[in-house]
Amino acid sequence: MIATTSRDASQREIVPATRSRARVSSIGARAFLLEAPGDFDLIAQRRIWALSQTVNGWADLAENIPGMTNLLLIFKETPEDPDAVVARLLEAWENARSIDLKGKTIEIPVYYGGEYATDLPALCDRSRLSDHEVVRIHHEATYRVFALGSAPGFGYLHGLDPRIYMPRKPVPSLKMPKGCVTIGGMQTGVAMLTGPNGWNSIGFAALEMFDPTSPSPAMMAPGDTVRFLPARIEL
Amino acid sequence: MIEIVETGPFNTVQDLGRPGYRDIGVSASGAMDPLAVRIGNILVGNDENAAAIEVQTFPLSLRFERRIVFAVTGADGNPHLDGTELISWCAYIAEPGQVLELKQPPRLARSYISVGGGLDIPVVMGSRSTSLRGSFGGNSGRSLAKGDRIAIGEDAEIVMLPAPGLAVVAPAVALRKVFPAPVDGALPIRALPAGEHDLFAGDGEAFWRQTWRISSRSDRTGYRLSGEPIKPTASVEMRSHGVVPGVIQVPPGGEPIVQMSDANTAGGYPKIAGVIECDLWRLGQARIGARLRFVRSTHSEARAVEQAVARYVDDVRQTSRMVKRALKAMK
Repeated sequence: MIATTSRDASQREIVPATRSRARVSSIGARAFLLEAPGDFDLIAQRRIWALSQTVNGWADLAENIPGMTNLLLIFKETPEDPDAVVARLLEAWENARSIDLKGKTIEIPVYYGGEYATDLPALCDRSRLSDHEVVRIHHEATYRVFALGSAPGFGYLHGLDPRIYMPRKPVPSLKMPKGCVTIGGMQTGVAMLTGPNGWNSIGFAALEMFDPTSPSPAMMAPGDTVRFLPARIEL
Repeated sequence: MIEIVETGPFNTVQDLGRPGYRDIGVSASGAMDPLAVRIGNILVGNDENAAAIEVQTFPLSLRFERRIVFAVTGADGNPHLDGTELISWCAYIAEPGQVLELKQPPRLARSYISVGGGLDIPVVMGSRSTSLRGSFGGNSGRSLAKGDRIAIGEDAEIVMLPAPGLAVVAPAVALRKVFPAPVDGALPIRALPAGEHDLFAGDGEAFWRQTWRISSRSDRTGYRLSGEPIKPTASVEMRSHGVVPGVIQVPPGGEPIVQMSDANTAGGYPKIAGVIECDLWRLGQARIGARLRFVRSTHSEARAVEQAVARYVDDVRQTSRMVKRALKAMK
C-alpha cells in the first residue's frame, strides 16, 4: 500500500497515492517514516540516500535510518507542529536528487548447498530450476547494499534475479545459524545472529561482518557492492 | 566491587541506551524504565546515564565489598539490607560486606540498583547497556550470574546523606496527574495511530476499544498482547523499514506486538499505532498477565507529558543537590 500525505491536510489523514508523491506516517510522537512511491529499485533508493544526507544537517534530528526505499527520522523531541515536519520532509524529498554512494566491493565466500541449505529444495520446487541453476543465478549476480537493519551489521541486498525470488516462510526457522546465506522475497543477505529467521537458506558464509569493538563495527554500508564467491558447492 | 550472591536468569546491566546505531542494525537497548534509572542516579550523585542493574527476575541479592552509596528505584516492594527493610526511591550508605536483597515486588515488574560512581564497565558503542541479542556490552554481553563481580566507578564525593537516607517522591505519585491510573484494572497507555492504521478499518476501532493482556511470550524485545485478534482488510507486503520502541505491529495472527527496549531496528509487519515515548516506562513496569488499554493521543499531549516529566526530574536534581550542599555546610 502506498499513499501520500497531502501537505495541507492533517498529518493523520492519509489519502490515496499518486505515483509521484511520497507518503509520510508517524510511529509514536518523535519518529516519522517517509516511504518513496513507485518501484522497488535502485532509482528510488538513490533518492532515499540523498534525502538521508540532506536531513543529516537538520539540528532537531536525532537519527535517520534508511530502509528499503524508505527513511525513518527520529527527532530529538516531539515536534510542536507535526504537520510542519511532514511538509518539511516532503519538500526535502521533492528536492532530493539521485546520488550514487561510492561504496566498496565486498566479496563473500559461500558454501552453497550442504547442511545449511535447508530451503534450497523448496526454492527449486517453486522456481522449477535445478539446484545448480539456483546457485549459479545467485552467485553470478552483483548486489548493492540498500540499507542495514534488523540485526547488527545485517545488510539488505538488492539485485536478486527474479527467477529465484522466494517469499518469507510463514513459520520462521526457530534457530537459523549465523552465517546462513538467505533469500527473503526479492532480497538476499547473510544472517548475522543465530535465531528465529523467516528467510530461506541456500548456503553458508563464515566471514565475520560485525565487530562491536571496531570504530566502524559493520563491514557493510549502504551503497556497497557485494559479490558472492562460491567457495564450495555441495549438491 | 559488588558480588552477585543470588540472581534470576534475565537481570542485566543497563544505562539509558545506545541510540545512534539503528542505521547499522544495532538496537538501542537501555533500561525498560529509564525514568527510574535517571532518578536512582541523581539520588546517588551520578550522571543520569550511569550504568545500573536492571532486576526483572527476583530474588536478587548482592554483597557490597566497600563503603558505598546506593539506591533502589523502579518497582514497588522494598529492598532489604542485611535483613533490615529499607524503602525504595531512597539513597543509603552500605558498609563493606553488607548484603542487599530484592524480593519479588507486589505489582510492578522491574527494579533498578544504582551505586555511587556507577558500574565501571567498558563502554561499547557509546553505552554500557547489555545487548543480549548481539552478545556485547554490559556484563560481557550476558545476564548476571551468581558469583559475578562487578567493578564500581570512582565516587568523586561520597554523597552527603542524612542518617535515615535521602528519598524522593516516586514518579507514579509525583506525576499522578500526568499518568492516569488504571481503569477497571486496565493500564491506560497513550499511542498515536501509525502508518497502516486505516488498513484495519473496523478492527482498528476494536484495537482502541478492547482490553489487551500482556502474554507470557513477552520480554525486553517486545510485549505480545492477547485479545480479540484484529485483521487488516488487505494483506500488504511492506518493504523493510526502521522502527522504534513503542511501535505496535500486527503480525498475521492478529495479536499485536509492542516493541520495547531491545526493539528490532527494522520491521515489515503492518503498524497500527505507536506508544508515546513518555508512557513506555509504564509499559516497562507492567507485568506478564497485566491488562492495558490503548488511548488515542496527540503530539501536543505527548509534548505536555514530556515537559512535565522533565520538570519533575529537574526538581529532583535541584533539590537533592541543595540538600547535599546544606548537609556539607553543616559538617
